[in-house]
Amino acid sequence: MEWSAIFLSVRLALLVCVILLAVGIPIAAWLATSGWRWKFLVEAVVALPIVLPPTVLGFYLLVAMGPASPVGRLYAGFFGHGLAFTFTGLVIASVIYSLPFAVQPMAAAFAQVDRSLLNASAMLGASGLRTFRQIVIPLSRGGIVTGAVLSFAHTLGEFGVVLMVGGNIPGVTRTVSIAIYDHVQALEYNGANAMALLLLAFSFITLSLTYAVNRRMWRVWPLQR
Amino acid sequence: MKNQSALVAMLLACLCFCPPAVVWAGEIAVAAASDLTYAFEQAARRFRQQTGSSMRPIYGSSGNFFSQIKNGAPYDLFFSADVEYPKRLEMAGLAEPGSLYEYAAGRIVLWVPANSRLDAGRGLALLLDPAVRKIAIANPEHAPYGRAALAALRHEGIYDRVKDKLVLGESISQAAQFVASGNADAGLIALSLALAPAMKARGRYFEINSTNYPPIIQAAVILKAARDKQTARQFVDFLKQPEGLALMRRYGFAPPQAGSGGGGN
Repeated sequence: MEWSAIFLSVRLALLVCVILLAVGIPIAAWLATSGWRWKFLVEAVVALPIVLPPTVLGFYLLVAMGPASPVGRLYAGFFGHGLAFTFTGLVIASVIYSLPFAVQPMAAAFAQVDRSLLNASAMLGASGLRTFRQIVIPLSRGGIVTGAVLSFAHTLGEFGVVLMVGGNIPGVTRTVSIAIYDHVQALEYNGANAMALLLLAFSFITLSLTYAVNRRMWRVWPLQR
Repeated sequence: MKNQSALVAMLLACLCFCPPAVVWAGEIAVAAASDLTYAFEQAARRFRQQTGSSMRPIYGSSGNFFSQIKNGAPYDLFFSADVEYPKRLEMAGLAEPGSLYEYAAGRIVLWVPANSRLDAGRGLALLLDPAVRKIAIANPEHAPYGRAALAALRHEGIYDRVKDKLVLGESISQAAQFVASGNADAGLIALSLALAPAMKARGRYFEINSTNYPPIIQAAVILKAARDKQTARQFVDFLKQPEGLALMRRYGFAPPQAGSGGGGN
């Protein structure tokens, strides 16, 4: 069992999950409420990582991070080193790659909130932000939790993009999925099996808990109405 | 209208159930290590011209092919980047007895992009230069070129000073891609890749003395499950002829016994 790879994956997934909560909620709220006629284009862009193979994303990210691209040059100019093969690079790649997994459940939940409640809130003089905070968010907890958990779990299991931009540096970019792949390549099936089983069990438990909580199997937080 | 949709459904069904591309008699499927890509494109063309039979190469990582073959993949020939895999297949009874043949000894080179200010001619000492921040090599855990790169660095006595600069490609091709895209400043890659058309114009290389690392013996076997062993043998014979040897040499695959090489471009 390679604990450094496991810890690295968990650290990456947690960080990506927090960033996606911060970035995803506004995007989801905009997608759920905006009446802009070209909104479908934004929806398509957000959903792209679901259908694109990680190789496409990984390839473009590698090129974008490299010195041949303006972004890569700008970053290297500021920080003195490139983005590829760094933990920061992995975080950026994972945020892009897991974006739809956070945004889509959240947007769906926001859209389901009863319009009349929003209108009532506005009639009573609450600002849009306050309505969002006190009405929409509490009523959309299920969707937000699902989005957060999916982005966490998806990042934890991410392989292709990390393989393409990571460079397999222990403690920096060698995530658990890469470690598993290496073990398989080196024909060390026992090592691969131990970590693969752990990941499988963890993913199953996480997803089960999320669905159970969404079905109100247990009350993990007091229902405030 | 109804007829039309029935027709479409039938066509779709045909598409779904028609057999996948089959290998015809006189055509062999060759699982080949990805560094053979350019050499084998040429070899396939010449082989067809000479014999009328065709060989269809499938490129990938030798480790993956090994697992696939163990699980019944329908290849006729397996050209591995590492002699270890064909040996294991032979031991497992999955290869034709006596068909194992060492087709080349891999060479490693120090490679820098063409637009880099670094001078590859300085050899491995160049890697100590502070301008070299990342060095791409293949993963030594499972790629023989990666193990050779580590051995060369240790032989030069600089491994401890450069080990934090190393980034590992999943295969030697990925290591090459890391440095060709400019994300790594230098790389230790296969000579065959440095000579590949896609890489040749994009960088400069310096050949590492082949006595400074253990030989990277590359070997092939005819598989027991091969459907056309005769054509498979024909292809192996083709590569052993002077023309085949010259072709392979042009792409950086010298036969093992031709041994030691020097530096220089």
